[in-house]
Amino acid sequence: MNWVNAAVQGILLGGEYALIACGLSLTFGVMRLVNIAHGDLAVCGAYGALVLSAALGVPVWYTLPLLLPAAFGIGMALQVLLFGRALRAGILAPVMVTFGLSVVIENLLTAGATSDPRGLNGGGLALASFGIGPHITVSWLLATAFLTACLVLSLLQVALARTSWGRQVRATADDLDTARLVGVRVMPVFASVAGIGVATAALAGVFIGTISTFDPLTGTDSLIFAFEAVVIGGLGSLWGTLAGGVSLGVVQVVVGQVNQEYAVLAVHLLFLLVLAVRPSGLFAGSALEQA
Amino acid sequence: MTLLEVDGLDVRYGDFQALSGVRLHVDRGRAMALIGANGAGKTTLLRTIAGALTGSAGRIRYDGTDITGAPPHRRIRQGIAMVPEGRRLFPSLTVEENILIGASAAASPDWPLDRIYDTFPIIARRRRHRASALSGGEQQAVAIGRALAAGPSLLLLDEISLGLAPRVIAELYEMLAGLRAAGATLVIVEQDLQRALDACDDLTCLLEGRVVLTGPAAGVQRDEVVAAYFGVSTAGRADGVPSPAPGPSGGPPGRRATGPAEPPGDSEGRP
Repeated sequence: MNWVNAAVQGILLGGEYALIACGLSLTFGVMRLVNIAHGDLAVCGAYGALVLSAALGVPVWYTLPLLLPAAFGIGMALQVLLFGRALRAGILAPVMVTFGLSVVIENLLTAGATSDPRGLNGGGLALASFGIGPHITVSWLLATAFLTACLVLSLLQVALARTSWGRQVRATADDLDTARLVGVRVMPVFASVAGIGVATAALAGVFIGTISTFDPLTGTDSLIFAFEAVVIGGLGSLWGTLAGGVSLGVVQVVVGQVNQEYAVLAVHLLFLLVLAVRPSGLFAGSALEQA
Repeated sequence: MTLLEVDGLDVRYGDFQALSGVRLHVDRGRAMALIGANGAGKTTLLRTIAGALTGSAGRIRYDGTDITGAPPHRRIRQGIAMVPEGRRLFPSLTVEENILIGASAAASPDWPLDRIYDTFPIIARRRRHRASALSGGEQQAVAIGRALAAGPSLLLLDEISLGLAPRVIAELYEMLAGLRAAGATLVIVEQDLQRALDACDDLTCLLEGRVVLTGPAAGVQRDEVVAAYFGVSTAGRADGVPSPAPGPSGGPPGRRATGPAEPPGDSEGRP
């Protein structure tokens, strides 16, 4: 039963990876923007929740109604002021600009908050658990994180498939020039997608902060896991991203069951294996296209 | 009454000058055929009118308003819609979604979905299909439907007959005749000279980015058009005496031929 338990824990952990990866997947699918600072923006979300909850004297979860709209606004501003300009300057510019942003964020966080590891107090949720059968115990916090990831991905999927905003996003992802030519205002589309990317990253950051500890450099690790989830799932596919995240989580926990030292290595090996065997991802075919 | 007025338009792609001092007048309710060899600048001119490209000099006026620097969605809002060359549908969207995208910045509610489906029964049946799953003729109908969804007064059509069967082309042009009867103003880029002359009131011929011939289609001699098309000198012919390019509102309406400013060239064109 240990193995089943490990698999369940891995699936739950995978939701977390998917939540941080979905913004990466969306911004790449729509704007062809590879945002190297994505993980750092997630960590900023965790620090933001820490500061807000201390300043307002409220539990971490109560800061979300303030934190997520702020993150959305920051994402829109980054797109309009930074990413949009970089995207117009060629293929290499967005990579260098977001890499630079990543370095800036990490150093600002170190300067402002020191490199001490921090944690977010998830309250009762972090300590409570429930059992499935006699051998499997599931933390409410992990279960909540997983369900939140599923909810966010579902909402995104429905918004992309059924709303006029989603239609414009998919048209822009298909053919930017023609979308402009037939009347889509591309700037608000891009800005909203970037806003969603940063807001989901911040939400993931808050869960990362409550589940484990974080420091100014945690973003780099998060980014690698998010990238691997996106690539394993297939670029641009939201459900593929969830499946990719779950694959990573299961491999990490199951291998960790055998030997903790090899857990993270196994995740990277899985990623390399998928890249070698199915470079388009296990669940190729874009959700933007399937919506 | 002038609906569209292009004056002294220069468009460059880097060092290459695609259009030089182009003048174009389209009166409300008329159809203008834009002809010329490949690379003459027809598509560039249409895309600049639609706002996808910006000129380095010159003005574009539409319905009395200067739209030279306006982005595409503002021009659509004012009534200019374009059917791009090669159809350029959004492959992952359904037929209906493609058409709805065209209504994003609609100028008027004249073309609701129902009317578009009435006009093109062939696409009404396939409204839930992916655009990429359609035949060429169906895709072209969707592309025109997407432009109509914007409720335009001026419709720019770039090579709508490209790669289609003659019967399908005839149907499309029949539909265009219906649009004209309803009062639409058209600018049509067409490789088939005869079809262009038949479908349009006026004709403008581009050669290497310059207007070399413009006037009513009815009065124009076929060999005169061919001469303008290929840039072959017509000097020596009684009706082919080169004259300065027509002014914005100068002179009585009529056929006006201007000699090519460049020496004859561009043998790549096909008639």
